[in-house]
Amino acid sequence: MQQVPVSLWTLVAGIVVTAISIWIGQNHTLLPVQASQQAPLVDGFFNVMFTIAIALFLVVEGTIVIFLVKYRRRKGDDTDGLPVEGNLPLEVFWTAIPTIIVVGLGIYSVDVFNRMGGFEPAGHPHSVAHVHQMSGSAIAATLNDTPEATTAPTIGFGASPSAEGKPADLVVDVQGMQYAWIFNYPKSGITSGELHIPVGADVQLNLSATDVIHSFWVPNFRIKQDALPGIPTELRFVATKPGTYPVVCAELCGGYHGSMRTQVIVHTPEEYQTWLTENQVAQKQNPHQVVAVKPAELSTSEFLAPHVHDMGISAATLESVVMAGNKQ
Amino acid sequence: MTQVEFPPNTPPEEKKSETLAMAHTSHQQAWKWQDYFTFNIDHKVIGIQYLVTAFVFYLIGGLMAMAIRVELATPDADLLDPNLYNAFMTNHGTIMIFLWIVPSAIGGFGNFLVPLMVGARDMAFPKLNAIAFWLNPPAGLLLLGSFLFGGSQSGWTAYPPLSLVTAPIAQTMWILAIVLVGTSSILGSLNFVITILMMKVPSMKWDQVPLFCWAILATSILALLSTPVLAAGLILLLFDLNFGTSFFKPDAGGNVVIYQHLFWFYSHPAVYLMILPIFGIMSEVIPVHARKPIFGYKAIAYSSVAICVVGLFVWVHHMFTSGTPGWMRMFFTISTLLVAVPTGVKIFGWVATLWGGKIRFTSAMLFAIGLLSMFVMGGLSGVTMGTAPFDVHVHDTYYVVAHFHYVLFGGSVFGIYAGIYHWFPKMTGRMLNETWGRIHFFLTFIGTNLTFLPMHELGLQGMPRRVAMYDPQFIDLNQICTFGSFVLGISVIPFTINIIQSWIKGQPAGDNPWNGLTLEWTTTSPPAIENWEVLPVVTHGPYDYGNGHSHEVEPAVTPEASV
Repeated sequence: MQQVPVSLWTLVAGIVVTAISIWIGQNHTLLPVQASQQAPLVDGFFNVMFTIAIALFLVVEGTIVIFLVKYRRRKGDDTDGLPVEGNLPLEVFWTAIPTIIVVGLGIYSVDVFNRMGGFEPAGHPHSVAHVHQMSGSAIAATLNDTPEATTAPTIGFGASPSAEGKPADLVVDVQGMQYAWIFNYPKSGITSGELHIPVGADVQLNLSATDVIHSFWVPNFRIKQDALPGIPTELRFVATKPGTYPVVCAELCGGYHGSMRTQVIVHTPEEYQTWLTENQVAQKQNPHQVVAVKPAELSTSEFLAPHVHDMGISAATLESVVMAGNKQ
Repeated sequence: MTQVEFPPNTPPEEKKSETLAMAHTSHQQAWKWQDYFTFNIDHKVIGIQYLVTAFVFYLIGGLMAMAIRVELATPDADLLDPNLYNAFMTNHGTIMIFLWIVPSAIGGFGNFLVPLMVGARDMAFPKLNAIAFWLNPPAGLLLLGSFLFGGSQSGWTAYPPLSLVTAPIAQTMWILAIVLVGTSSILGSLNFVITILMMKVPSMKWDQVPLFCWAILATSILALLSTPVLAAGLILLLFDLNFGTSFFKPDAGGNVVIYQHLFWFYSHPAVYLMILPIFGIMSEVIPVHARKPIFGYKAIAYSSVAICVVGLFVWVHHMFTSGTPGWMRMFFTISTLLVAVPTGVKIFGWVATLWGGKIRFTSAMLFAIGLLSMFVMGGLSGVTMGTAPFDVHVHDTYYVVAHFHYVLFGGSVFGIYAGIYHWFPKMTGRMLNETWGRIHFFLTFIGTNLTFLPMHELGLQGMPRRVAMYDPQFIDLNQICTFGSFVLGISVIPFTINIIQSWIKGQPAGDNPWNGLTLEWTTTSPPAIENWEVLPVVTHGPYDYGNGHSHEVEPAVTPEASV
């Protein structure tokens, strides 16, 4: 019987590896639910890299296994292998192919990064952005609405190319502190421990930190940006799917770093209006409460006490936060 | 040959006696076990001192890792105080990097092997070499002692402002410890560069220098260029902590991001400090046990240099979500992706070395193959993370933890094990037990994949790193990781037993048990105090397998006028 030529085996193996990698690359469930406009961009990019990675993994590991079996020392054979010291065309080949792959990935990543808004962190100070209102929202200016004139962030993710030059629909100032996120809506004067946003709105978060570095991450949005003391940063995104998603602090910020979590609630526009109105009324009843807070003069637990009811944290977490506050 | 007894897990405290051994005036032929506890200037003694000390710290760092994994078996922070958890997490990383991988790979194997491989009688500056080693035990004691003051809790990266407000005394001790090992690294690197450039035996041509020496040369140059920058950053941090300066205090005009640049300018190259010598070990172990010349000697040597050069310009990929503008994130995405090319060249070269060989599945070879298979995994996940658009999702998550453990555990630690199984006969004159070795390999291989593979998924799904408490949805995968870490913990036991047993009464190894062709195999095992009676003459390349050299009973030793 004639032997099947090696080139045929290689061809078959190549087709099988390609098919497997593409199938896995498109059908895996490794990433969580997508909920922002950036998420499909990131996931699409990951799927391409993952497909290539699976193919390379199968080829290299497969080759290793085949060589280990085929070229194992047989019993009693104490001779050496073939004195092959190299093969220039082969070496050029396996230098060139990875080079082409990484250059391709590099170009692709610039494109994805651009479409995510990575090159456009706001050029405009957020007071300008406040002028714009979401369609249908008619909110009276409140006395509390005195946004500080901070420097405009130039670091983070800004407008996507399609929204370039336009101010965001909703601006929220986000303050990270050990071990909580405080969300301040400068336009409506609401302060909250959770982030409430309407679906489909262009949202800009101005991130700051009062004590140490924190990092604002919403896994379902696929975006993350450090909140740095002294350096303003921003995240801009459009949520695409109503629901409740975790907000995670991703930068080590102390003993209770792991408990520095809250939620982002993506509402339908109507729900959002309801939430906005209710909270404005509720917080207006005691307008001085918000302005009177000077975080620097309060312990963490004292500072958090007025906000506990709407922060969505459990009694146990609060206790641990208080413990941490007392320890310092 | 007098046997050398040296229990591998002797605590470093017992090594304090510092008497100057008279290496060059003594007429003794071999060192006694006591000599290993002294300020000895023989490169072989120093190499073994590095390896054994590092292994002790590996056990300590490993116990910390297991405490961390036990805490993470449940979502609540119920075992350790969260601050102690952070101290374990910080010191686990610090010890594994600065007191295990770097000193064992560079200090241990580098010192023992480089002079033997290039045909020198010792390092260029033997006393400097001993000083470099003796900076390590006090550094280790400082780190362990810092636990009396709460232990440093700000991660091995020690980012301010957290490092400025948490456990200041412990943090200061941590800084001093890192500055000590950094100084040790600078002294050692200088020594390697001079030794390799100036002291190789005249008959050895540059393309006959073993690849391990090329790797150590590239590593040393990298360490010399980058370590001072880390020292600068840490000393500024030390001043902020203790002397009222405000380089990194944002409320006093300092800038927290500058520290990150200073830190990563060293600490990314540090990754290559931990892997380049291991690549060198791979290039020595694989040809010997596959009985094949290394495939593409020049490509592998130059790729070390390429990694070294490109590796200096990738540090911002640790800061893609920090205070870095978009153009910088993209620039460093591209440079990071480029490092994959020379790394791939090495991997493919080793795989091709297996082709057409007569592979012997010794414990050393098993660990080398294990490294090859897992480094592929770490390299591929590294490419994905090197791109800013994807990294903004996985940065500071368990995906990163998975990646760097595949590279540093599946890579560096497997390489160190491969090196120990390969050169233990040369170091001690006795063979390690192969059965124990295989058990050790399979436990380690299974344990590594069980512990670190699920972490990829944890990170992708949303679990941040450096947390003591996590979302209950992650409990199943975390328990697999914790189980795997116990397999890893147990895997050290057969290794330790094997080392102690074989060192005391293992089978005598002979000069060249593997039929290797590099110069270290031309002398006795363990090598005589000044390595050779008469220096060897190089008559063939270091990897000339298949040309009949390996069956010469006396591998090419002819007298040459000794230096």
